[in-house]
Amino acid sequence: MRAAVVTFPGSNCDRDLAVAFEQTGFEVTRVWHKDTSLPDNLDVIGLPGGFSFGDYLRCGAIAANAPICREVKAFAERGGHVLGVCNGFQILLETGLLPGALMRNANLHFICKPIGLRVDSAESPFTAAYGKGAEITVPIAHHDGNYQIDDQTIARLDGEGRVAFRYLDNPNGSAGDIAGVLSANHRVLGMMPHPERAIDPLHGGTDGRAMFSSLAEMLVSA
Amino acid sequence: MKATVHVMLKTGVLDPQGEAVKTALGALGFDGVDAVRQGKVIELDLAETDAATAETTVTEMCEKLLANTVIESYSVQIG
Repeated sequence: MRAAVVTFPGSNCDRDLAVAFEQTGFEVTRVWHKDTSLPDNLDVIGLPGGFSFGDYLRCGAIAANAPICREVKAFAERGGHVLGVCNGFQILLETGLLPGALMRNANLHFICKPIGLRVDSAESPFTAAYGKGAEITVPIAHHDGNYQIDDQTIARLDGEGRVAFRYLDNPNGSAGDIAGVLSANHRVLGMMPHPERAIDPLHGGTDGRAMFSSLAEMLVSA
Repeated sequence: MKATVHVMLKTGVLDPQGEAVKTALGALGFDGVDAVRQGKVIELDLAETDAATAETTVTEMCEKLLANTVIESYSVQIG
């Protein structure tokens, strides 16, 4: 199984994401934002957390127009798997691969703490292993995680099993308590919490590990 | 040719920063501020000399990059 992790100027979770993929059986290639092609036979692309391009203009807006993102978009449109965490989620929204937008946290604070999530859709390779309704604890660390989308679209996403995660105790004002959403084909996942920071007992918890192993199992059985 | 772009959060989108500024103004003793909305002004220097073409180009820039039309509205002023 092959994964690629993209690094933008200002990414700071790229290594953590690469380690999470490696520890669950992926061979990882690191990709630079100026690259114009992706490795062959790729199964999944990871867009990491951080502050790409200093969050200038809007979080993720400049990165979404980086050369590699044209390839990421084409890969997703061909049915490839993409995981965007934190700033990676912001980038996926800016590319239009996922619906909605992220704004400044409602209380204006940068929030960094472990947080409870409920798995609201097990209909994706990333969440199948958890099972619908599972409650997990994963860290968040963001200033702009306030997910905004209209109520009609939330209802549609729920109907299509595309709300992957909800906060048990909404920390940032997100509409519908939404912490992570899936694309229409359920193969692109964007989420504010950091599963890659919860894969080793030394992290204080391992609830994020199943996301990577779930994808690995699905790819092996496919 | 100069162009100025104003980007604002759409009506109905809660503006946490505007709310914070409003609260801070109240704390400073400025009474009677009913609402504060915060946005961005982007100034562009363009090689283009035709106003209509410039407006079309800057509008395209807004759609593709300068504004996130999911939550933001924009206006373009040429000259």
